[in-house]
Amino acid sequence: MIKITVNGVTYEREAEPRLLLADFLRHELGLTGTHVGCEQGVCGACTVILNGDSVRSCLCFAVQADGGEIETVEGLGTVENLDPLQQAFQEHHALQCGFCTPGMLMTGVDLLRKYPLATDQEIREGLSGNLCRCTGYEHIVSAIRSVVENGR
Amino acid sequence: MKPPAFEYLAPATLEEAVAALGGEDAKILAGGQSLVPMLNFRLLAPSLLVDITRIPGLDYIEDWDGGLRIGALTRHHTLETSPLVRERFPVLHAAMAHVAHLAIRNRGTIGGSLCHGDPAAELPGLALLLDAQLRTTQRTIPATDFFEGTLATALAEDEILTEILLPALPPGTGWGFEEFARRSGDFALTAVAATIGAEVRIVAIGANEKPIRLAKAEGLFSDQSSIDAVAAAAQDEVSPDSDLHASADYRRHLVGVLARRALKSAWEGAS
Repeated sequence: MIKITVNGVTYEREAEPRLLLADFLRHELGLTGTHVGCEQGVCGACTVILNGDSVRSCLCFAVQADGGEIETVEGLGTVENLDPLQQAFQEHHALQCGFCTPGMLMTGVDLLRKYPLATDQEIREGLSGNLCRCTGYEHIVSAIRSVVENGR
Repeated sequence: MKPPAFEYLAPATLEEAVAALGGEDAKILAGGQSLVPMLNFRLLAPSLLVDITRIPGLDYIEDWDGGLRIGALTRHHTLETSPLVRERFPVLHAAMAHVAHLAIRNRGTIGGSLCHGDPAAELPGLALLLDAQLRTTQRTIPATDFFEGTLATALAEDEILTEILLPALPPGTGWGFEEFARRSGDFALTAVAATIGAEVRIVAIGANEKPIRLAKAEGLFSDQSSIDAVAAAAQDEVSPDSDLHASADYRRHLVGVLARRALKSAWEGAS
């Protein structure tokens, strides 16, 4: 039995050791906002925040997160009341198909918390572990830039 | 894919961890940023994973006679942002910016990277450059003897790396770190690290089956005017492989270019 708090709600579940955190969130908890792309740590779609740090939930077993606190895209905002970063993504057209978006958002949250992001170069390097096949990244960089400029 | 089934143990002490490694076909799990992809690809199918991250007291960066002692479970992001690392080993600080992406750096550990022994990873090369001593549950191994080949180290099956000792650099040591990768945070096509101080040290990363010191090239160094000749020798001293990312010739050429840049920085920074 493991105990994991996700977006402020504590869950206790059985988890076999090989269950990836991404699959635990999606299949056991029904939190399908976290997307699973490559399952090898390359695409960044499954990025969530574990104990304050962005992590690849496909490179972490649920048992490793036992006792931990997780933030997923479901914890950011709601459709009626978007988080400022989500609002910026909408305003800057930072998504098209939306597959990479949960990972981009959670990576963006961690970057905004940890780095000054004074230059676009810094934002680009910060996003370099997240693949997007629609936007060409330009609008995602603009969205994060606007949150930096408008106060975090 | 999904990883194969395994048993999982998260011991609270090193003694328990070592005991668990003894019997079975076990692997140590630390940050998991290299091991878990290999499991997901089913390149590995251990019967037991021993998660050492619940063992207290292995995550620290402390003074060691002017150098540093670093706990094996120290995460990459901690190294990247450590004022002590930046002050005493700026070459390591510079290299950390090239280690993967933030989400990987948040999980990956220095001990894990060294024990994984990827020839294109930055930390094994830096351990060699900085003459690190690697303390394990059994002994202390100099970095020069630790790396044996691609994904192969001197560690025994039931031996756990616990601490990395970095001796102080002589005052006035200049340094350079140059890496080329297709995308920020990807594995290096090749990288070169150099220090110029009491001695000249040059290490090539991703250009052989393990990181190597370029002793012949080092021996040719005299002053700034020798840099071109040293870089040419460095290029001749490596034996890179071709893969889908780059040809061997291209990697060899890169070693020369990066060595020249790294030595120039090191020379300018030395005093």
